[in-house]
Amino acid sequence: MTMDVLYFAWLRERIGLASERVETAAATVRDLVAELAAREERYAAAFADLRAVRVALDQELSGFDASLAGVREVAFFPPMTGG
Amino acid sequence: MSARVQQERFDPGAELARFTAAVAGAGAVVSFTGVVRDVDPGLVAMEIEHYPAMTAPAIEAMIARAVARFGLAGAEVVHRHGRLGPGEVIMMVLTAAPHRQAAFQGAEFLMDWLKSRAPFWKKEITRDGAAWVAAKDDDEDALARW
Repeated sequence: MTMDVLYFAWLRERIGLASERVETAAATVRDLVAELAAREERYAAAFADLRAVRVALDQELSGFDASLAGVREVAFFPPMTGG
Repeated sequence: MSARVQQERFDPGAELARFTAAVAGAGAVVSFTGVVRDVDPGLVAMEIEHYPAMTAPAIEAMIARAVARFGLAGAEVVHRHGRLGPGEVIMMVLTAAPHRQAAFQGAEFLMDWLKSRAPFWKKEITRDGAAWVAAKDDDEDALARW
């Protein structure tokens, strides 16, 4: 399946991309992270500590064990600092 | 009930006056204004990044929860993104209720949720360089009380 993967804040800077289209068979977010981290060092560095990373699936906050079935947009970012 | 996410500056006094008129009869109106604070060794700018497709819907969901939970007569959030200078207004929360306790609590609830669940990321640019603002454990703890 094809999905858009978005990166924000230091994840965007570390990976060097704001978004990309990814073709993947990953079943869960964790599987997708493993695929991305295996690609290149910059991805591995960005995903080295998942405690510092949050994920949203189709603009809803989610978790790393969530299923990617039917998901069109995955976003990775650090803990939010609004307000 | 609305969430506005914008790059442009806004006037907190004008927002408060407009909101107060719109909720006429509510009895209590509370507003909170967040301002870019200076930091050592001197802030040059604060850059606020956000997730455009998610930000307003996420804040609107928080507003709906606050309205239902505290029986608010109205609630609004205005939040800026982009590059801001020291002393510039970042954001504002406005709540209205029949009595002050609900209006205060609604505003605090919205602030606590905005801090760590609205998709904004702040970067401080000082004379020493630029650094992403780290989320505080306190902000996460603040959610536990709700």
